[in-house]
Amino acid sequence: MMVETLCLVFLIFAIVGSLIAVETKNLLSAVISAGVVGYGLSIMFLYLGAPDIAITQVVVEVLALVVLIRGTIAVDNISIGGPRDTLPLFVALVFFGVFVVLGVIALGDMTGFGNPMMKVSEHYLLNSVKETGSSNVVMGILLDYRAYDTLGEATVLLTSILGAFVILRRQGKKEIAEKDYEHVGILEDE
Amino acid sequence: MIVYYLCLVMFMLGIYCLIAKKNIVRKIIGIVIIEYATNLFLVFIGYKHNGIAPIITPEMQDNIPAFAAQSVDPLPQALVLTSIVIGLGTLCLMVALAIRLNEKYRTFDTTEISSLKG
Repeated sequence: MMVETLCLVFLIFAIVGSLIAVETKNLLSAVISAGVVGYGLSIMFLYLGAPDIAITQVVVEVLALVVLIRGTIAVDNISIGGPRDTLPLFVALVFFGVFVVLGVIALGDMTGFGNPMMKVSEHYLLNSVKETGSSNVVMGILLDYRAYDTLGEATVLLTSILGAFVILRRQGKKEIAEKDYEHVGILEDE
Repeated sequence: MIVYYLCLVMFMLGIYCLIAKKNIVRKIIGIVIIEYATNLFLVFIGYKHNGIAPIITPEMQDNIPAFAAQSVDPLPQALVLTSIVIGLGTLCLMVALAIRLNEKYRTFDTTEISSLKG
């Protein structure tokens, strides 16, 4: 009961934070509010018996905040004015309706908070020391039972970082090789 | 049960931010909020009343079944750990694209970024 109440408090904190992140005029405060949401989440993870996730969330949160601030800091005019379109708002409302109905149906079939269905996990909890030698069961699952999943994660991470590196590269190779100053679009205003 | 519904609310806030806002960085923040809500929901599913973290200490070594009856579900935690790190990677890619777009068009407004040439 105690944990549920605490989670309720922090969840309301997180929702208020995301509300500010969505609605505030200044882009920099929006980014910082999103960071606040992440830290609230990491405290909740600590209470929910997930210390590994809490640590990872804090580290990732710091990096995400740095990356997002790098994205916003270079801009002169941060706030975008103008009338808001009605069509996206309408689409969002329709989506809300559909999502609420489906979500309530789906949540009605679930076991309540605090009573997880542990069928596969039962095996992991009972046998992880014997089979993997890891006393931290989460790490046993991550690095032994589902090691291919982690390999895929590393691949996705590598690909996205390579993509970001290629996108942010200052000049194309073609220009160095040929000194051919055709207008390549992106380099036009440099 | 009410925490599940609050997760739904947070998810929908993210969807609203993603659809209705015109600023690209604001859309990225929407995606980040959606990620947070989903991760939190998955960890909530695995929680057990009065549960302990799924780490076996030396004094529990002899009585593994009692530990298994008391511990929270480790499987969602392992998958959420993967999801958080992948979220950081995709965030880097999105911010890189936004910076590049801002260099070319001098704006973050998606309604002004209309030409696809070059």
